[in-house]
Amino acid sequence: MADFLLELRCEEIPARMQAGARAELEKLFRRELDAAGVKAGELTIWSTPRRLALIARGLPLATEAVSEEAKGPPEGAPDAAIDGFCKKAGVSRDQLELRDVKGRMTYFAVIEQPGRAMADVLAAAIPAIIRDFSWPKSMRWGAASISTDSIRWVRPLSGIVALLDDAVVPCEVGGIAAGRETYGHRFHAKGPITIDGVDEYAIKLRDAFVIVGHEERQNIIRADVAKAFEDMGLEVIADEGLVIENAGLTEWPVPLVGGFDEAFLAVPPEVIQLSARLNQKYFMARTADETLAPVFACVANIAAHDGGALVVAGNEKVLAARLSDARFFWEQDQKTSLEDHAKKLARITFHEKLGTVADKVERVAKLARWLCEEGIVTDTPLPLAGGAGGGHEPAPTDIPTPNPSRRREGDLADLAEAAARLCKADLVTEMVGEFPELQGLMGGYYAAKEGLPQEVAEAIRDHYKPVGQGDDVPTAPVTVAVSLADKLDTLATFFAIGELPTGSKDPFALRRAALGILALIQSNELRFPIAQTAFDATSLLLWQIADQNRAFTWDGDEQNEQLITAHPESFEVHWLNRDWYVMFGQARDPYSPVGTDDEMAFIGADGVHLWKHRDALIAEFANFFADRLKVQQREAGVRHDLIDAVFALGGEDDLVRLLARVQALQAFVTTEDGTNLLAGYKRAANILKKESFAADEGGLALSYTPEEAEKALIDALDSAAPLAEQAVAEERFADAMAALATLRASLDRFFEEVTVNDAQADKRSARLALLARFRDAVHRVADFSRIEG
Amino acid sequence: MSAAPLFTPPPRDPARSFQDMILTLHDFWSAEAGCVILQPYDMRMGAGTFHTATTLRALGPEPWNAAFVQPCRRPTDGRYGENPNRLQHYYQYQVILKPSPSDIQELYLKSLAAIGIDPLAHDIRFVEDDWESPTLGAWGLGWEVWCDGMEVTQFTYFQQMGGFDCKPVAGELTYGLERLAMYIQGVDNVYDLAFNSSGVTYGEVFLENERQMSKWNFEVANTDALFDLFAKAEAECRNALSAGVPIAAYEQAVEASHVFNLLQARGVISVQERASYMGRVRDLARSSCEAYAEKMSPDWQAKYPGWSLV
Repeated sequence: MADFLLELRCEEIPARMQAGARAELEKLFRRELDAAGVKAGELTIWSTPRRLALIARGLPLATEAVSEEAKGPPEGAPDAAIDGFCKKAGVSRDQLELRDVKGRMTYFAVIEQPGRAMADVLAAAIPAIIRDFSWPKSMRWGAASISTDSIRWVRPLSGIVALLDDAVVPCEVGGIAAGRETYGHRFHAKGPITIDGVDEYAIKLRDAFVIVGHEERQNIIRADVAKAFEDMGLEVIADEGLVIENAGLTEWPVPLVGGFDEAFLAVPPEVIQLSARLNQKYFMARTADETLAPVFACVANIAAHDGGALVVAGNEKVLAARLSDARFFWEQDQKTSLEDHAKKLARITFHEKLGTVADKVERVAKLARWLCEEGIVTDTPLPLAGGAGGGHEPAPTDIPTPNPSRRREGDLADLAEAAARLCKADLVTEMVGEFPELQGLMGGYYAAKEGLPQEVAEAIRDHYKPVGQGDDVPTAPVTVAVSLADKLDTLATFFAIGELPTGSKDPFALRRAALGILALIQSNELRFPIAQTAFDATSLLLWQIADQNRAFTWDGDEQNEQLITAHPESFEVHWLNRDWYVMFGQARDPYSPVGTDDEMAFIGADGVHLWKHRDALIAEFANFFADRLKVQQREAGVRHDLIDAVFALGGEDDLVRLLARVQALQAFVTTEDGTNLLAGYKRAANILKKESFAADEGGLALSYTPEEAEKALIDALDSAAPLAEQAVAEERFADAMAALATLRASLDRFFEEVTVNDAQADKRSARLALLARFRDAVHRVADFSRIEG
Repeated sequence: MSAAPLFTPPPRDPARSFQDMILTLHDFWSAEAGCVILQPYDMRMGAGTFHTATTLRALGPEPWNAAFVQPCRRPTDGRYGENPNRLQHYYQYQVILKPSPSDIQELYLKSLAAIGIDPLAHDIRFVEDDWESPTLGAWGLGWEVWCDGMEVTQFTYFQQMGGFDCKPVAGELTYGLERLAMYIQGVDNVYDLAFNSSGVTYGEVFLENERQMSKWNFEVANTDALFDLFAKAEAECRNALSAGVPIAAYEQAVEASHVFNLLQARGVISVQERASYMGRVRDLARSSCEAYAEKMSPDWQAKYPGWSLV
């Protein structure tokens, strides 16, 4: 048994790439050993900014001889086939063996691989690992780079240590020969270090001011930073990403604490933290009362001879410059009201076909107001009409249902519109220009500073939420309205211009917008027809286009061309029932003196696009949301067959109701009632399928006297079906399923005693119709044919 | 018996004189890497990378080691002389080493020591920072070099220039001279820097220039004339390209790029137009680099058999 050490030394590896590089090194090393038939056991893999190291213990000194067999063509096959097989297997024809395979004599080649010395295996493996190594970005360098075939690495590769026990594994890559020499810390250690054995490696490096284990460096940083702050009566704001990053930037980490002027604390703490973390990679601390403390910890890569005083002083200066920039932005931004900032959004293109950010804001403001006025977003969320199988309030005939107990509906709409009009204003502030991550948050701060209502400030702050899974989902009504309107507008308008996500491509993050919409709907139990509403959102865009004189409709033939004309008045009357053609880009002035045909164009002319038809858009939205919801529910652990069973009903545009049905179904199918109902359903459905029963076959009125069991089922169905139907109407899905489950006994008896496939045609068809009635009643709840089990 | 020299230069004092810091860097790169010490390019440009000694010399197989100071003009960074560390005109120190030597990092660190930065008292770090210039069709990998948390140098291994693979790769170092000097001299305001050892400050040399040029950049420059200049530079670039003098064409691309920056500072280019102007500048610069590389290729191939541009 032997131990192996590999060190690949290079110029500074970006911190963010080191974890991936360790995984890549392990993967390639195992691949190489596997190919040689050696199982690599536990591997130790370390990284520093300047080296990747791997230690493999207990490797055999040589690989075992392997005997492989390959099956070839049958006896009597053409010579060419047999020769080809010999060539592939690397054997001569007289070495082939004939064996009986299922009565047919077939050629076999036995290939003997002799054992190889481990050093030879490794000597071949190292260059292969280096050449095949995949970095997120790699480069060429030096004199060899006169050819583009020169080796690539993340930064110039400068040395290779490869030792099997105490012997160098001889190999060479890109002019670098493996040896036993490495280098220690860039400044603390001079000259090469000789490694005589695997066990010496980490120790000798430590003597040369390199802690080669990344986890050890992380532990030092984590503990020392926490301790340094603790000694000052403060608590570190934990940031594991920063721990890992600093460990990836240092070989000899020395945390040092510095401070900054308390006056900077007037700037929002998020700004200070972001600036310190992002630009400087500093740790911050909080005081006992949870406020940001005017201190930071940086992690130096040296044990400075003055104890770090100069390093701290330098870093303090840099941070002070950064914070004074931030304070300048903070003060400068407040000199202009958000309303005035928002005016500048007219200069920023949101998307070439969707206009400016100001255009988007206008649509979002209208939509947010509409969502409130329609009672979709309310101060007090509406419960499900029937609750989870509980109450018995009357069903809503028309969603959304007005709720008389709702307060200040008008106020809510006003607030939502006001917040929406300002929600993107911070995009043009200096602060967000510098720190795009702070969008929303800064708008919220500036709104509060201006004295705008708290609901408005919060809505501006939180309207991007939820950003991803696990993010907070807004519940404040004004925020919900703005957030929902913003996401609906994004999703709907990109669909309207045909920018749908495909496969792995979703450049406008529409899937994420859809998930955000779903989360808002679910968390706030928002009741509204989703596809129809998304369509309404596209209409806001079409209206904008018409206002800008870019919407045209057919206006007759002219010399074999189809003339289209922009008429704002006719748009207002006919927008919903005509085909519209649009031009994208800037507003057009039809009466501009430049060009007399400005208000006219021809179908098929450059830049003229047919606007998508209402039905097509609604269908696209319905499918997209259904798909997203399925994905979301599947990820939430709901059985896919249950999701399918509910979605198969089709036509459901109210996602809250749809989810209530899915949840009720999930709870129901595992109960005894559920199992019974499913069993009965399957039996009935099978018979109907087998008998190819068509819906219109046979009536319900009987031309004969039914058998007792048949009568019993008719009676049971007569009482259960209306109950179930009413329960469904009242959204008491569990009750509906329970009502249907009561049919099991009569159904079983029916199957036992009654012959469905009676010789008398009228009996047969009446009985099949009865089963179909039962099946249809079940289908009102869910398509049970999709349910497995 | 030789006569005593009439003049012996006094020892450099890079820690207390801006110009001595520059002269020390000249001494260093001249002696340690055989660099030609060039003078600044005599055109207005936004970065030392635009100097033909960097862009055009990064192309082709021939070795090339050069060091020079390049004045950089960034009109939108002007602060009327009121900001302690933002200037519309400042200096970069550029070193270009082709092919990149294997000890380039050690050389660089030694140059820092030469101007007075002790690496065991100051925390020097190489932090990932890749460089890309769509204008030049160029990109490279490298770092920003930190000294106690402050970026003092951009360090890049050019991988492509003008859309061509660099064969071989050049290493480019760009020192921010003013911030480095402020650090070494321990001053908080750029105008307080000692320019030389005879009591002249940076402010005495440049403060009035910053005031007037900021005003001109932001308020005065005649925008019609600038649009005209842009169009003329663009046309002249094409003219030079069609006449087979790509170096002249490249100069016009540099001119167009700077005029565009001035137009930006005057705030007369809308967001939509901005992309289109940048595209035009990019087109000029890339076409010039391409034409230069193609024109030089036969010579390069003759000297380096087997070498090819693509």
